Amino acid sequence: MENLMGFTSTAEVLRYLRQNSAAIGPEIILTIWAVGVLIVDLVNPLNKRFWLGLFSLLGIGFAGFNLYRLHGIEGTAFSQMVVLDPFAWFFKVIFLVAAALVVLISLKYLDIEEAQHGEYYALILFATIGMMFLASGIDLIMIFVGLELMAICEYVLTGYLKFRPRSAEAAMKFFLLGAFSTGILLYGMSLLYGLSGTTSLQGISDALSGVSSNQPALLLATILLVAGLGFKVAAVPFHMWAPDTFEGAPTTITAFISVGPKVAGIAVLLRIFVQSMETVRSDYTVLVALIAILTMVWGNVAAVTQNNVKRLLAYSSISHIGYVLVGVVAGPESNGVFAASYYLFAYAFMNLGTFAIVVLMRRQEIQGEEVNDFNGLFFKSPGVALLMLIFLAALAGIPPTAGFVAKFFIFSAVIDAYFRTTDSLMAVLAVIAGLTTIIALFYYWRIVKAMFLTEATDQVQTRLTPAMTAALVVTLVFTILVGIYPGPFVELARAAAAPLQ
Amino acid sequence: MIPASHYLILSALLVTIGVIGVLTRRNILIIFMSIELILNAANINLIAFSRQLQDVIGQVFAVFVITVAAAEAAIGLGIVIALFRNRETINADEIDLLKG
Repeated sequence: MENLMGFTSTAEVLRYLRQNSAAIGPEIILTIWAVGVLIVDLVNPLNKRFWLGLFSLLGIGFAGFNLYRLHGIEGTAFSQMVVLDPFAWFFKVIFLVAAALVVLISLKYLDIEEAQHGEYYALILFATIGMMFLASGIDLIMIFVGLELMAICEYVLTGYLKFRPRSAEAAMKFFLLGAFSTGILLYGMSLLYGLSGTTSLQGISDALSGVSSNQPALLLATILLVAGLGFKVAAVPFHMWAPDTFEGAPTTITAFISVGPKVAGIAVLLRIFVQSMETVRSDYTVLVALIAILTMVWGNVAAVTQNNVKRLLAYSSISHIGYVLVGVVAGPESNGVFAASYYLFAYAFMNLGTFAIVVLMRRQEIQGEEVNDFNGLFFKSPGVALLMLIFLAALAGIPPTAGFVAKFFIFSAVIDAYFRTTDSLMAVLAVIAGLTTIIALFYYWRIVKAMFLTEATDQVQTRLTPAMTAALVVTLVFTILVGIYPGPFVELARAAAAPLQ
Repeated sequence: MIPASHYLILSALLVTIGVIGVLTRRNILIIFMSIELILNAANINLIAFSRQLQDVIGQVFAVFVITVAAAEAAIGLGIVIALFRNRETINADEIDLLKG
């Protein structure tokens, strides 16, 4: 804070702003672009809102280019509020890619739903900004504001089809539980501030390093933080909102909230716990391990009985977060942070690919959300069915896809942690992760069976638009590439994990 | 001067009332008010610690929380209205289209 006080001239203020804003260049570009989308929507020179999507894609592209140029640069800005490091960089790439893919799959979908408005794209951009600040925030205030920027935009997007009772209901449930979890998280943050006397993560780390881990207030703060972030990433037992929200939200937004907030939530979890709460390592490890076990078991078991594909994928995404949490438990010494980052990277592509197909199934009067709607897809559109097969194989973790390599790293991290600490908890985690992967095969198989082995119940074709094709090609290429040629991505994820070692 | 512990007890009471309210009440507006109680309990905590530690950051944090809570209230009430137009109810037990 001290250099804020010491300004003597306007020139000095400007210099300070110029030096610091370089660190948040992509966020600034996206903010300008999001406001720009709203203004262009108002003026509406082209009379077709379709172009707004392409306009926001351009903004994401510029932000991505700016982010690319920031690669390898490290440092903090704005009085230790945000940090530019490989960890933040890696996660920002995931968020920008997810936002771009969601815009691509939305273009046609919004026309079908007759809800093509500029706010939609602006809100996606604002939510992405929130996620990016979450990945780079190193101060509790920054993390809180980033979290809320992301969450509030997502409440609105979930209720975007406001004349559909299901969309409004999904938004209501998401909002109530989201706001509740924010309150819980905030209360934990306030206790942490009281214990350490600072909101900066580095300061908290220093202040807590001498404190006994048995202090009740510290344990309470830890539990509240884990619970609050558990809500955000939809980990069992804090997952109740996820299936309802996933089912009721517009499918494109389901795709967005199945990737964005979860990846951002894990990024914050890693930042707060691995970076600044080393003192309570043994406590939060047990807590997160229990949550991971519950998440893997319940996510996979509950998915088996679902008939709605969006609900099924909601439980599937809950179970994936369980595997990521296993990586968090394994800890930085066993490359757990690397494994979790890598898993999230692979998960973003394979999950968005799967949802792109579900969006594609929405055609004419058919909602395309039930497993039955996939009946005989192979005989109508073999290409789409094969794509879905590849994405589902990736989600199930079958080689040679991204999902297999990601799961492999998680397993090797937790097994390494077992041999390093000889903690039987790690062995339990590894066994349960292995067993639940087998359950997962079963419910993904149900969709495959509907596509390939069941006769078609309707003859309505799926129609590929150029934007949808582009999204499918990108997700397909990365789902395969991350699986068969992991080298460069492993390098990136290793670099990302390095600041938290 | 009132010791910090009194403020902390007050905030602990508020957060308990808030959590119980969220878990037991069925009217969405009252659930929403309970959530606001939790946020304000955290605010009291932050300001009490700020005074105790003679450190201004806690108060800055509280100002941010108040701002964000205002935005959240606007969005939340908007969603309540959207829902009421569709369903003509704000009872949490009657909002049951989505389940499985």
